[in-house]
Amino acid sequence: MLTDEALAAVWLTLRLASVTTILLFLVGTPIAWWLARTRSWLKAPVGALVALPLVLPPTVIGFYLLVVMGPQGPIGQLTQALGLGVLPFTFRGLVVGSVIYSMPFVVQPLQNAFDAIGERPLEVAATLRAGPWDRFFTVVLPLARPGFITAGILGFAHTVGEFGVVLMIGGNIPDKTRVVSVQIYDHVEALEYTQAHWLSAGMLAFSFAVLLALHASGSGKRKSGGK
Amino acid sequence: MQSIHARFRVAHDGFTLDVDLLLPGRGVSALFGASGSGKTTCLRAIAGLEHAPGGTLSVNGEVWQDDSRGLFVPTHQRPLGYVFQEASLFPHLSIRRNLEYGMRRVPERDRKVSLDHAVELLGIAPLLERMPDWLSGGEKQRVAIARALATSPRILLMDEPLAALDLARKQEILPYLERLHDELEIPLIYVSHAPDEVARLADHLVVLEQGRAVASGPLGETLARLDLPIRLGEDAGVVLEGEIAEIDQAWHLARVAFAGGSLWVRDSGVPIRQHVRVRILARDISIALEPHADSSILNVLPATVEELADDTHPALALVKLNAAGAPLVARITRRSAARLVLRQGLAVWAQIKAVALVG
Amino acid sequence: MHHCRFIFAYIASLLAGAASAADVRVAVAANFTAPMQAIAAAFEKDTGHKARLAFGSTGKFYAQIRHGAPFQVLLAADDETPARLEREGMSVPGTCFTYAVGRLALWSAQAGVVDARGEVLKQGGYKHVAIANPKLAPYGAAAVEVMQRLGVVEAVRPKLVQGENIAQAWQFVASGNAELGFVALSQVTQDGKLTGGSAWIVPAHLHTPIRQDAAILTNGRGNPAAGALMDYLRSDKAKAVIRAYGYDI
Repeated sequence: MLTDEALAAVWLTLRLASVTTILLFLVGTPIAWWLARTRSWLKAPVGALVALPLVLPPTVIGFYLLVVMGPQGPIGQLTQALGLGVLPFTFRGLVVGSVIYSMPFVVQPLQNAFDAIGERPLEVAATLRAGPWDRFFTVVLPLARPGFITAGILGFAHTVGEFGVVLMIGGNIPDKTRVVSVQIYDHVEALEYTQAHWLSAGMLAFSFAVLLALHASGSGKRKSGGK
Repeated sequence: MQSIHARFRVAHDGFTLDVDLLLPGRGVSALFGASGSGKTTCLRAIAGLEHAPGGTLSVNGEVWQDDSRGLFVPTHQRPLGYVFQEASLFPHLSIRRNLEYGMRRVPERDRKVSLDHAVELLGIAPLLERMPDWLSGGEKQRVAIARALATSPRILLMDEPLAALDLARKQEILPYLERLHDELEIPLIYVSHAPDEVARLADHLVVLEQGRAVASGPLGETLARLDLPIRLGEDAGVVLEGEIAEIDQAWHLARVAFAGGSLWVRDSGVPIRQHVRVRILARDISIALEPHADSSILNVLPATVEELADDTHPALALVKLNAAGAPLVARITRRSAARLVLRQGLAVWAQIKAVALVG
Repeated sequence: MHHCRFIFAYIASLLAGAASAADVRVAVAANFTAPMQAIAAAFEKDTGHKARLAFGSTGKFYAQIRHGAPFQVLLAADDETPARLEREGMSVPGTCFTYAVGRLALWSAQAGVVDARGEVLKQGGYKHVAIANPKLAPYGAAAVEVMQRLGVVEAVRPKLVQGENIAQAWQFVASGNAELGFVALSQVTQDGKLTGGSAWIVPAHLHTPIRQDAAILTNGRGNPAAGALMDYLRSDKAKAVIRAYGYDI
């Protein structure tokens, strides 16, 4: 069935997707919040920038990441100055790439959720003595929970399915950057169709399960929401 | 320093609010006006939900905003209670947790209103363990009021709390608001465009029009001003305060005694000595030079003409009467006024066709 | 109406183009992109036939051809794939020949990093060595072979980063993310000269020759343009171009 190599790739993929999702929540939540609330002219450009990975071929993102995170690139210079070395061919590099690549899948559901909450619950909380952080944690977070669930699932699943970016900045190193999608690609390229099938079928089942969970939770919500 | 002083100038999108209000430090002050008159903006500015640059606000001696000194206390640091038009309960919290939300954020030493008291005042004890989704509009609004009260506010602000409710729900809540009025020591600022609510609840009336306060004063006095009925239209009228002096069981009538005499109203079960308000609309008062014993009108009061003014329609005139100290306003035709030769100081009889007990 | 007619005409022109007998659809291994463009231009000028080129990985082309892709000629990056296609009856028997022999170079984008004898591999002092995936790319397999011959394969293994193909291996080195790497000589030379950085041209005897074979596919049977292209690739004119790009032949 699955070789050790394949299992290592699965494990690595899950690790990557988990770390990425956590980081995406940390980075994406303030961005989504800002996008949902701001009236600044920067809203449109920032929104567009965040959404770029939706339309850009992943290889383009990967290529630019390879260049800017490389030793001569601006980010590469920075990470070297900070003593972190350069990011391509490292797990950390993949995390950075995945965070950028999956950003819209987290930011947009969150932004929608924040938009849907509106100003009123926050104003109510303010009149009930809750300060800005307090309001965020006790009102916004619970009310945006469905948005967070959607964002988490999409961010995680999208990272699992990521290929182009990893291909460009990963270097195909076992246990470090060889994720499932790359492994599948290798198998297909090497005409090892049986192995490719096992992993591909696994991915297919996983993706279906994720989307099923997403849709099921959505319809469940509708049912209990009606009164 | 038991007063509220608010001076705001807010201008946005072609709308300007420009008010300088001095409100009593207790009782109910109504901000009355049509929609778009700026009453909600004014209330939001008092709450700090809207920052009116250059404004000043002090509440019973505490300064919450003075932009000349760069002082602006954010909403969450102002000890106020705010009730929005829609109840806006937190849907993810039970009624109890909704009520506790604000209270828990108030330091223990500042908690003067217990949760039980707030629950009891609004009669919501049976609802505590439910989720907001399962409450009716009226129940939600009562919870919202209790939630605001439970923070032991030093001022209570209400933005048309009844406007989103149907008549039956309004009737359900009004008695609770009256209780607040009677039992609370703190000032309440009540925004409304419904004259009946104002007549029932307010002690002090501010009339807003296009962002300006065109009148501000004690309710009875302000309602009796002749420049206001024009603005109030069909709802023009006065409110008198008195108490139930007598009940006529045979005819199911109650006599309300007030400074200038007494009036018979339908007995609605209000006990004797109870303090009540009656509202008399200008259109329900007619004027006679003689007391007519042969008419069906029950309430006829002796009065003197104080002032005459034109109404909006050229056929109508407004007459301010003084019934032994109680101000009344009558709306009659100008032809009648001419026929009776009404003038200041003339002794007349005010025939009152309808009196409403408003609380 | 007007639009419909226009779209119809456009589709018809596409179909007509695809059916033209003087056209040949060629699948070209990515590493041979530059020389093949030059050769195709000359071929079209000299013969009047038209070569429609698609560039990509040999493995992918194989899968596509197996599943009915309409290529008529394959210029592979190896000799295995054309042989396999012939065994499977997917190519015209007897048409297979070696059109180029790839040469490997150990290259760095920076001058002075790679010495003329490749000693740098043994000395260390680098973090990453890029190669093409040895499982997929003949250049990758050859690179591993070279390292085995030099006895450094175990030392270098932890530093290996793999591109999916030789083009990506080049990219890793060109962007500076890998200090050095095994690339195709054709990628770093032009007219017999190094285009930049420093390189060691790996002696051909250190690895099995990287034969790149071409074959006419069953789809191209009877297409005069396909035969003409195969002949043209064997011509001295084409060979000169191929050599200029760093291949042996």
